[in-house]
Amino acid sequence: MLSKEKDCIVVIGCGRLGSTIAELLSEERKNIIVIDKNKDNFINLPNNFSGFTIEGDATEIDTLLKVEISKTKILLVITDDDNTNLMIAQMGKKIYKIPQVIARVYDAKRESIYKNLGIDIISPTRLFTEKFKKITV
Amino acid sequence: MNIVITGNRNEIYFLIKSFLEKGHELTYISKDQEMCRKISRTYENCNVLYGDPTNPNILEEGEVFLADLLVASGEYDPDNLIVCQIAKKLYSIEKTLTIVNDPKNIEVFKKLGVDIVVSTANTIFSIIEKKISIEEISNIINIEEQKASIVEILIKEKNSIVGLSVVDLNLPKGSLIGCILRKEKAIIPRGDSKIETFDKLVVIMLDDVKNEVLSLLRDRRNG
Repeated sequence: MLSKEKDCIVVIGCGRLGSTIAELLSEERKNIIVIDKNKDNFINLPNNFSGFTIEGDATEIDTLLKVEISKTKILLVITDDDNTNLMIAQMGKKIYKIPQVIARVYDAKRESIYKNLGIDIISPTRLFTEKFKKITV
Repeated sequence: MNIVITGNRNEIYFLIKSFLEKGHELTYISKDQEMCRKISRTYENCNVLYGDPTNPNILEEGEVFLADLLVASGEYDPDNLIVCQIAKKLYSIEKTLTIVNDPKNIEVFKKLGVDIVVSTANTIFSIIEKKISIEEISNIINIEEQKASIVEILIKEKNSIVGLSVVDLNLPKGSLIGCILRKEKAIIPRGDSKIETFDKLVVIMLDDVKNEVLSLLRDRRNG
């Protein structure tokens, strides 16, 4: 079937950001899987989306196991809930040892608590604040 | 003991009552306003704090750093995990306990640092299993959340395995007859030990071979 090397990118959460990133990766012909617990969110994906979609709650191990974790290179966790993102990201990093795990965390305080786990945390709040400072100063 | 409880599962209400009766010092933190009202109205001795317990500021306000035990019992597993982790990382709470919804999260939560993980579904299931299992099987002990179990099986007269030696039972890998209770004696069996009527076999087995072992050893009157 697909190649044996670690080249799969898994995106969890198919909202505005998730679907936009999925579209980008799909255009680059990347091997991509999108997971969302609400299948209606997959309408955000473009018609020519070339990846796979899985409907399921990724905080349940059974859902994650549907993905071939051993082939996953990057796990991107961007649901709209910080705690859910932090939980799934830790599962990906600590239990499944996925090489690169990226999570979105809105709350800056939580970001600092979890920064030493080997997970790349992106905080939209902080990004906005920094940009704002640059513009206004 | 100083205990902090978070979450809004229904059991909480009764849990708080039992803890208070035992004389523990309690703080309840929840983002469920209705539940906070109800608890502060009912239990005068319980400190109640309305707020999101996954927010470190709220935990600090609830003086979590003074607690000996934190119990997280919200309706979403991720929230419970984060509460426990923050309590551990920021406030060095010695013991954290979570009640999880998905039994498979027991394993996950333990790996991610929660000390005690309980699953209501699993607990209820094992109680029911104990109650309904056929009378020949008794004293079920679950080891490590049902990874393995120890059971006692009574061998009745018409059981087809009477007279067979242990090795001829062909028990699957991952199971072992650890002891045979015969009248007043306890015997540690060898491969050539024979099974007699009214023996009680103490069997240790992994969960995945449980059904196979039980159907091999159980009385098959109709078979």
